[in-house]
Amino acid sequence: MGEMTSTLPWLSLAIFVPIVAGILVLIMGSDERADFTRKLALFGSVISFLVTLPVYFGFDGSTAQMQFVEKTPWIDAFSATYHLGVDGISMWLVLLTSFITVIVVLAGWEVITKRVAQYMAAFLILSGLMVGVFAALDGLLFYIFFEATLIPMYIIIGVWGGPNRVYAAFKFFLYTLLGSLLTLVAFIYLYTQTGSFDILVWQQAKLGYTPQMLIFFALLAAFAVKVPMWPVHTWLPDAHVEAPTGGSIVLAAIMLKLGAYGFLRFSLPIAPDASHSMAGLMIALSLVAVIYIGLVAIVQDDMKKLVAYSSVAHMGFVTLGFFLFNTAGMEGAIIQMISHGFVSGAMFLCIGVLYDRLHTRRIADYGGVINTMPKFVTFFVLFSMANSGLPATSGFVGEFYVILGAVEHNFWIGLLTATALILGASYSLWMVKRVAYGDITNEAVKQMKDVNCREYALLAILAIFVLVMGIYPKLFTDVMHVSVQQLLDHVAVSKL
Amino acid sequence: MENQFNFALAAPEIILVIMAMGILVYDAFSHEASRKTTYVFSLCALIILTVVSLMQWNSGIGGTTFYGMYVADPLAHFLKIASYLAVLVTLIYSRQYVVDRDMSKSGELYPLTLCALLGQMVMISASSMLTIYLGLELMSLALYTLVALRRDSLVATESAMKYFVLGALASGFMLYGISMVYGATGHVDLAGVMQVIRSGQAGEMTLVLGTVFVVAGLAFKLGAVPFHMWIPDVYQGAPTAITLTIGAAPKLAALAITLRLLIEGLNGVALSWQPMLIILAVLSLAIGNLTAIMQTNFKRMLAYSTISHVGFVLLGLLSGVAANGTVMSGAYASSLFYIVTYVLTTLASFGLVLLMSRQGFECENIDDLKGLNQRSPLMAFGMLLLMFSLAGIPPLVGFHAKLVVLQAVVSAGHVWLAIYAVLCSLIGAFYYLRVVKVVYFDEPVQGVPAPDTAWSFRSGVMSVNGLLIIVLGILPGGLMTLCVQVIDASLKF
Repeated sequence: MGEMTSTLPWLSLAIFVPIVAGILVLIMGSDERADFTRKLALFGSVISFLVTLPVYFGFDGSTAQMQFVEKTPWIDAFSATYHLGVDGISMWLVLLTSFITVIVVLAGWEVITKRVAQYMAAFLILSGLMVGVFAALDGLLFYIFFEATLIPMYIIIGVWGGPNRVYAAFKFFLYTLLGSLLTLVAFIYLYTQTGSFDILVWQQAKLGYTPQMLIFFALLAAFAVKVPMWPVHTWLPDAHVEAPTGGSIVLAAIMLKLGAYGFLRFSLPIAPDASHSMAGLMIALSLVAVIYIGLVAIVQDDMKKLVAYSSVAHMGFVTLGFFLFNTAGMEGAIIQMISHGFVSGAMFLCIGVLYDRLHTRRIADYGGVINTMPKFVTFFVLFSMANSGLPATSGFVGEFYVILGAVEHNFWIGLLTATALILGASYSLWMVKRVAYGDITNEAVKQMKDVNCREYALLAILAIFVLVMGIYPKLFTDVMHVSVQQLLDHVAVSKL
Repeated sequence: MENQFNFALAAPEIILVIMAMGILVYDAFSHEASRKTTYVFSLCALIILTVVSLMQWNSGIGGTTFYGMYVADPLAHFLKIASYLAVLVTLIYSRQYVVDRDMSKSGELYPLTLCALLGQMVMISASSMLTIYLGLELMSLALYTLVALRRDSLVATESAMKYFVLGALASGFMLYGISMVYGATGHVDLAGVMQVIRSGQAGEMTLVLGTVFVVAGLAFKLGAVPFHMWIPDVYQGAPTAITLTIGAAPKLAALAITLRLLIEGLNGVALSWQPMLIILAVLSLAIGNLTAIMQTNFKRMLAYSTISHVGFVLLGLLSGVAANGTVMSGAYASSLFYIVTYVLTTLASFGLVLLMSRQGFECENIDDLKGLNQRSPLMAFGMLLLMFSLAGIPPLVGFHAKLVVLQAVVSAGHVWLAIYAVLCSLIGAFYYLRVVKVVYFDEPVQGVPAPDTAWSFRSGVMSVNGLLIIVLGILPGGLMTLCVQVIDASLKF
């Protein structure tokens, strides 16, 4: 596979600008100068976003080659290299990450008052690390970024989280660490087999059936926990409920994609035969996530928990799409990944807006919010619609493609998948009904003020993306199409 | 026959003996309560030694002397320099602590520390079983005395007794094993032992039995389960400054004699001692990590964590010879890398404890660290780095240490051992995370004196130490290559 290099190391900039910005915020910021700290962080996140734009504009969607490639020797003892590059799939995730970071910095603007500098720095550094995960083409580099993201997230949940934050932070860290440690052993095994840490070399490496199966399951341990797939999803509701709004946004919008991306970059191309033979299991697990977790979401009385469970259900669509091994399923899954980034981020932002005013996340404490916050409810309804997969929103495109792929694969799987549209509508719209409409039963709701300029702008930006993606998905699919096709072609060839 | 007395090779030891004696004599006539001059002289001695060893290494001086008793090779130079720097940093970190507690008043502290260092140097440069024993005893006797230095402290005296009795027992084991190996091979110098074993003339039964005792003695010195009982008590009971002296530099010397004895001398019976090391490693990883979870005392927790790290070092050592007899020196290099980076992290961990201890207050319990982030963000961040590095989370150096060892283990075909090791380090992650939790998530408690946040020479050194943990975590390549070169240039298989 050929590679295309570029003049400026844009991907390195995309990784290290936010990290350096985070370190600067950590050094220069303080609670006494909170306003300055916030502005510095915003400046850093905007610059970080801007340096990822050339990756989008300079991207050539007509080739499946790795682009913006950088390669320098790094650890000679392991012949590991500092090897970066993006294809039509990871390019979107890099952009999504830097974009969401701006949203997150703004989302914590007035809410976070203690240890502002550390809060902002954690998110900036986390952003750089996550871009690193998506851009890395060296297994060791990937692993280091993948694992390093745990540190800032652990701190974010533990320091700025809710009452049960310590439990949630530990559960988040240890659960995900368990999976990734097994992946490390798999990576080391691949290194001893191929003598290289290069992902592209691994993808081409011939492997027997048993090693493929072992590698598949070792990778599954990390990626399934991260996605998260049923039944290893239990850390997610806890982490989401306890994390501050910004933490929930990053978790749902990007961190879950680290796992899904891992399937695309590692599991499928490295162990194609194992992936094919395990496809039935993966589809079954995904369907359980889509249907059972969808049902679980309906009965939640905590808004954040409800959206957390709906995230698990939506990510079930993603893993389902991957293991259908057809274009519609794969592209639908990737679109779902990006769309879910916007929609779940927006949902958590909405809940954050409500929480900042009433300091409760219980659905029963609300009701009739539309009377006091009409602007907010407009957005809230839009995002809930997107969450339930209404046509013309981004949520529809991905789910529709995946259902299409599923029907192509097997009618009954398609039918079961399609029930998710009903379940999605049930939990999203029922929540909207109980929160936004009806009579005001809680006196405190009467005192709630509508969204301010900052919140309005945040919600509006996300709303634009959700609609654009829903109305004109070609913008996204065109660029990724060749990469997806190349991946499918690669997976179709047996390595045995 | 060529001249067998090449004193130039042993220049660092000779210089250190002279300087340690000089410092001892000077100290006897000193009236300074804080012994500042003695302290500065000791630091100077260490810097001079570093320069001497660097020059020796750089100019390629090496070889064996004193009828094969003593060897100066790149491994010796490398480990000696690491030991000097470890002792140097130890002295700098513990300076304020010993002054506050009047431990420097009688002046033995510095000469004794230098004597312990001398013992370590002899161990590192030993190429005969007798030299190894000599160095070991010199180091151990100095360390026993250091632990008991605060003779009015009941716990310190108790732990000194424990250390002494168990240490003497282990030395006995080792000596017994050495005598059997001598009986089986007719040699005390390691090159001779190796040759006789290779030629197949050694008495098999006696040799293997002797190996068992040698391994037991080494396991004690390294602190591997089931010979670990002294570690928690001594780490906790000794004054923190001395804990640092015991916990850092001696590990390097212990690894050196393990390499010399097992990998060089007893290389021929590797397939006999590798299974023994597997048992030691498996037990150390499990018991070290599981017991550390239950600790409330920070020093004791670090002691158990040391035991689990020794398990990892052993994993590297046991992966060197494959079942078909091929030797992979990379495995030994991985153990070397592990121990060097471990010493670096340990220095900073105990250094932070020393920094937080004040006059009349020992920062010993994990709860004493509560809310550190609100009192000193920089120290809290340092603690975070150290704990994540010990837990093996990238991008810190502890991750690469685990990576190289695991790679060696997988290359040797022990995939299940690698999986076991990572599961144990998952358990280990819990108690390191708990420290970070206490530091970051908890509110400060009343009654704990504020840590010293003023900038000083000591905190400068500590910052460099902390920075090294990140820098080596991002760019570990240089040190890894160095370890491989040193092992390849020094060990003869």
